[in-house]
Amino acid sequence: MIALWATLLLPLTGMVLLALVGHRRSAGWINVSINGASLAASLWLAWTVLHDGPLLSTGKFLYIDAFNVYLVALTAFVGFTTAIFSRTYMQHEVDVRHLSRARMRLYHSMFQGFMFTMMAALTTNNIGILWVAMEGATLATVLLVSLYRTPEAVEAAWKYFILCGVGIAQALFGTVLLYFAAERVIPDADDALAWTVLYKAAGSLEPTVLTIAFVFLLVGYGTKVGLVPLHNWLPDAHSEGPTPMSAILSGLLLNVALYALVRVKMIVDGSLHTNLAGYLMMAFGMLSFLVAGLFLHRQRDIKRMFSYSSIEHMGLMTFAFGMGGPLATFAALLHMTVHSLTKSAVFVTVGHAAQIAGTQSIQQIRGLIRTQPAVGWGLLIGTVAIAGFPPFGVFTSEFLVLTATMKAWPWLTVPLLVGLAIAFAGLFRHLHPMVYGEAPAGQLPVRANMFPVMLHLLFVLWLGLSIPKFLADWFSQATLLISGSSPL
Amino acid sequence: MDLLKLGLYEQAILMFAAVVLFTSFAMLAQARIVPLIHIFAWQGALLAITAALVAYVTNHPHLYFSAALTLVLKALLIPWLLHRLTVRLNIHRDIEVLRFPSLIMLGGAVLVVFSYSVALPIAHLASGTTRNTIAISQAVVLLGMLLMITRKKAIAQVIGFMSIENGLFFAAVSATYGMPMVVELGIAFDVLVAAVLFGVFFFQMRDSIDSFDVDRLNRLREVDEPPLPDVTEKET
Repeated sequence: MIALWATLLLPLTGMVLLALVGHRRSAGWINVSINGASLAASLWLAWTVLHDGPLLSTGKFLYIDAFNVYLVALTAFVGFTTAIFSRTYMQHEVDVRHLSRARMRLYHSMFQGFMFTMMAALTTNNIGILWVAMEGATLATVLLVSLYRTPEAVEAAWKYFILCGVGIAQALFGTVLLYFAAERVIPDADDALAWTVLYKAAGSLEPTVLTIAFVFLLVGYGTKVGLVPLHNWLPDAHSEGPTPMSAILSGLLLNVALYALVRVKMIVDGSLHTNLAGYLMMAFGMLSFLVAGLFLHRQRDIKRMFSYSSIEHMGLMTFAFGMGGPLATFAALLHMTVHSLTKSAVFVTVGHAAQIAGTQSIQQIRGLIRTQPAVGWGLLIGTVAIAGFPPFGVFTSEFLVLTATMKAWPWLTVPLLVGLAIAFAGLFRHLHPMVYGEAPAGQLPVRANMFPVMLHLLFVLWLGLSIPKFLADWFSQATLLISGSSPL
Repeated sequence: MDLLKLGLYEQAILMFAAVVLFTSFAMLAQARIVPLIHIFAWQGALLAITAALVAYVTNHPHLYFSAALTLVLKALLIPWLLHRLTVRLNIHRDIEVLRFPSLIMLGGAVLVVFSYSVALPIAHLASGTTRNTIAISQAVVLLGMLLMITRKKAIAQVIGFMSIENGLFFAAVSATYGMPMVVELGIAFDVLVAAVLFGVFFFQMRDSIDSFDVDRLNRLREVDEPPLPDVTEKET
């Protein structure tokens, strides 16, 4: 229980602290250490839950089970490594772009604010608070997207704010409808939004109301997941904000939004006894997967390109969760992990690459491997990993998704394979000249900390070669929880 | 549903629902900024009154608190903030040219009909009033979206956004007697922060694009569309 409160309160304290001292040169270190402490707390929490089973706080306010505890640990880990990257990266940005002290304070404070909303969304047991935290995540990051105050950045932030705000409002309407249905069945109105209570009472909830509610929730949280056709904010927000932001938006926010969707799907499934929610998620997921793969080919901006790759992978996960069944769910959970690890590593590398070239335009990033081999190799290996090459973990999870599809929906394997090939080609047509091309004269290396990238990619490689036993147990516990049976 | 057979409370709720819907249409038609903010404030006040009425009749004391919160936030504080912003940014005399006003109103009417048809399955669960209020709150949400789509001025979009929140609050109050307190506080906090951030954004917009016309926010686009004049790169 102490670990649980620590994971929640550490980022909150960090937010307040950094709002006061965030402009100092040492703020980067403070940010790293707070994230390190949250990581330690979350690992402690994970260890407790793994051994003692689910944890419900008094007043049914917080709830931790196998499903969210692994996301808590993942979130804290990616937050920690991104903070390490952010320290040197933002110092470079301050020197080049002359960011004022107030903006650095805002940046550091909101970094922690964002981590807090993520942790709150993951640990809360109340689906109303889940909504509040998701909206809070938008509010925390929106000013970071416009941090550079260029017309493009302001445009991206405005789009992000309006689209996500309106989108997530639909999820609130869905939540109200869910509460409307729950209130008739659950005697204590204060408990009627508690997930644990709803999950137990799911069978007696009115199916028609829940169907309508799920449609609204899918549109709402789907906007945050970046599902096509609600994805327009995502490439803009990722490409215009500072790169550490892109890394945590892509690696964490999208996951947490999908987590919210899966949580409500579990309730809706219990009430409907059909796979309607799953079919909807499969359709949206498949559409996002294919459309984003095609869009990969048309990009000029390197961060935009990788954000379309995020949409593609989120589409695949949504599809897998929608399909349900132990194997697909296991694959989706694994894919969540490897995607966040790989994608945040890729964004970190891309950040350094953009600093070396002085631009984000794919046309002008050339010869990275000559100028700074670490960044060049990082980008190459990261892209190979994210494109789903063996022996990396992304390959394993995509292979599992394909296997599950082949069993349940044989003819859907065709679009999946075609989509994977399209996305693969889209990434690689741009990659080769960026890494191997002739470096422009006078291109100099930058101060880069490639430690987070290497750590992430090593993890992904490890997960691709063999999933360690404790992690496999963990995933199968979560799968058991979501799909009702275990794949192992 | 026979209106005359309803009790006084149900009739009052229905009347307030109708007036809230009317304010949404009035916002849709209002081209001037300051009156638009005033209508928005009235909508907030109506919500607060409805919440207080529901609290009184159904004996849910915590709804008084929501009513007070709504009155302060939606009817006074946010409109006041917006009003002050328009004066400080010197846009309070702006009139927006509405294209196809009658078409927009007809579109709004279609949205109301659509909301009723969506709320139809809920009808057999609830009394006639609840069915009406759920349909109307959904219509308010959709009309807020329509307002955002049809307007080019950033401030009108903000008002559309906030009126979507109003629709959601109306749904929560009239259909479920409010959400649990902690959730309502969280939502109110989010709305307040959003309002402040919108204010910050107006200044950022003025400094970066020197306009409040969201049509000017058009630099980020996909590659197939004609390239921007200042981009001189060739496909290789």
